[in-house]
Amino acid sequence: MSATMDKNEGGFRAWLNKRLPVDQFMADQLTGYYAPKNFNIWYFFGSLALLVFVMQIVTGIFVTMHFKAGEATAWNSVQYMVREVPYMWLIQPMHAVGASFFFIVVYLHMARAFMYGSYKGPRELLWVIGMLIYLALMAEAFMGYVLPYGNMSYWGAQVIINLFGTIPGIGPDLVEWIRGDYGIGDATLTRFFSLHVIALPFIIALLVLLHLVALRQVGSNNPDGIEIKENLGADGKPKDGIPFHPYYTLKDIVGVGLFLTLFAIVVFFVPTFGGLFMEAPNFEPANPSSTPEHIAPVWYFTPYYAILRAVPDQKLGALLMALSVAAFLFVPWLDRAKNKSIRYRGLASKLLLAVFFITFLMLMWLGLKPADGIYVLLARIFTVLYFAFFILLPFVSKADGNGPVPDRVTYDAH
Amino acid sequence: MSDHAADDTVPEVDESRRKFLIAATAGTGAVGAVLTAVPFVASWNPSESARAAGLPTEVDLSKIEPGQMATFFWRKQQIYVVKRTPEMLATLSAHDGQLKDAKSEKSDQPVYAKNDQRAIKPEVLVLIGTCTHLGCLPKTRFTPGDASVMANWPGGFFCPCHGSKFDLAGRVFEGSPASVNLKIPPYSFEGDNKLIIGVDAPAKGVA
Repeated sequence: MSATMDKNEGGFRAWLNKRLPVDQFMADQLTGYYAPKNFNIWYFFGSLALLVFVMQIVTGIFVTMHFKAGEATAWNSVQYMVREVPYMWLIQPMHAVGASFFFIVVYLHMARAFMYGSYKGPRELLWVIGMLIYLALMAEAFMGYVLPYGNMSYWGAQVIINLFGTIPGIGPDLVEWIRGDYGIGDATLTRFFSLHVIALPFIIALLVLLHLVALRQVGSNNPDGIEIKENLGADGKPKDGIPFHPYYTLKDIVGVGLFLTLFAIVVFFVPTFGGLFMEAPNFEPANPSSTPEHIAPVWYFTPYYAILRAVPDQKLGALLMALSVAAFLFVPWLDRAKNKSIRYRGLASKLLLAVFFITFLMLMWLGLKPADGIYVLLARIFTVLYFAFFILLPFVSKADGNGPVPDRVTYDAH
Repeated sequence: MSDHAADDTVPEVDESRRKFLIAATAGTGAVGAVLTAVPFVASWNPSESARAAGLPTEVDLSKIEPGQMATFFWRKQQIYVVKRTPEMLATLSAHDGQLKDAKSEKSDQPVYAKNDQRAIKPEVLVLIGTCTHLGCLPKTRFTPGDASVMANWPGGFFCPCHGSKFDLAGRVFEGSPASVNLKIPPYSFEGDNKLIIGVDAPAKGVA
């Protein structure tokens, strides 16, 4: 009897921890991880992004069970699953709507970083990893949109793949290599399927892990943009920090509840969201002989698409489009202010950022509109404004981002 | 090889020898990794059957009315065949100044179609119906003066995706996002009314 007790000293938990450091991991990553106590509503979107990622994986696993990649089978298999397989009418739209919600959350998460300077040192790499997640997510979403093989899937893929044809020299061969045929077909769909369900989710998961590891290393920024690690208490913990668990895990549960409520409302009542989340031409099968009257990608790509269309030259348009995405990568080094948060920057910085946010939204709207008349003119104006932000940022931030900041974070008790 | 004494003394490490071995191993490994990538990358190229499906397409021209267009598939690409009327042909010379590449110098077409009409026979226009901008299908806007396309529109093609405009020889207008004229596939004729898309016309003897 006593011999058995010795072996199991401390019970199952001790037995487990000796073999797998569960308690140690919790202490390091959650209860012992101190986050600034002045987080506001903008700090919901990181954990929500993780939630949507997990949701997409789970719903994706089930959609994959019924989906048949291929020119002749893709469209029919989606129709079949939605109409005939029990509850796939719910799970498939959850996956499709989930993609849009993923981008909503990610864009808000990025907007937060812009407002509070979360990309500034020492968090440059955290931002760059985040941008790589964004890029991988764009590829993932694009391929996911092609797979159901509706007419917008087909023509969207045609336009996007042909973008690679504008690369000097190798362009035409590269396009053929990506498609695996002289046009979009079986070979294209099956490889997109493989990338969409295996390669890219793996890459995104790995990048998310790196993003979190980097976050643990540098610590969260906060709305005041003050480093809480520079102000430690007698116990060696940041005076302005509170343990991530239980404080922020509980706060995040509130966000999750609100988010899932909104998500459910959209999935149940407005899954197409007026043609924004699912576009009308995608409710008819792919037709290589009929281009939809207006080709527009899904809303989350339209800012870049508007830039592409605004330029009256093919190669320059594609180049500016690539540049408009790549520009984000350099923001940590373009912003030369001493202070991080917009709260402690001058009016010029505030205006610059506000104009940039408006520009991004306007381009998003313009990318959904046909490319004629006033829309082209507006797209050109906002394209100029878009790049003006990145060009002006170093000067404006250096000029008015150096005012006094408080020693401690500011917040209202709640 | 020198003999080592059976005691605990560690022989001195030859650093340059270590460096060389590490570099040689890493280098060999890197070459191996690149070579191993070749089959994986090459597997994305079109398969044998995809290539075989690119056979020529035959078209009976007698079934197309003058002034009309019919479409066919060749290599998964939509091919536009237009029977141009004399009135349509007459529009071609009037707007060279508005074109990006009036003489088709920068554009992609077989040598026998690199002329003012971009055709072997002026009345038969054969185009790859893929916008040279980003691959949409340009729509027919054959009615001259269609102000919804542009002022003084001579008739031609309009791409709904990004607004590129082409004339009745597939030449691109200034102000279009497309930079070059619509491509012309290799083609030839057998007799008066049989068009073969995908087979080049003989080097000479065709006017």
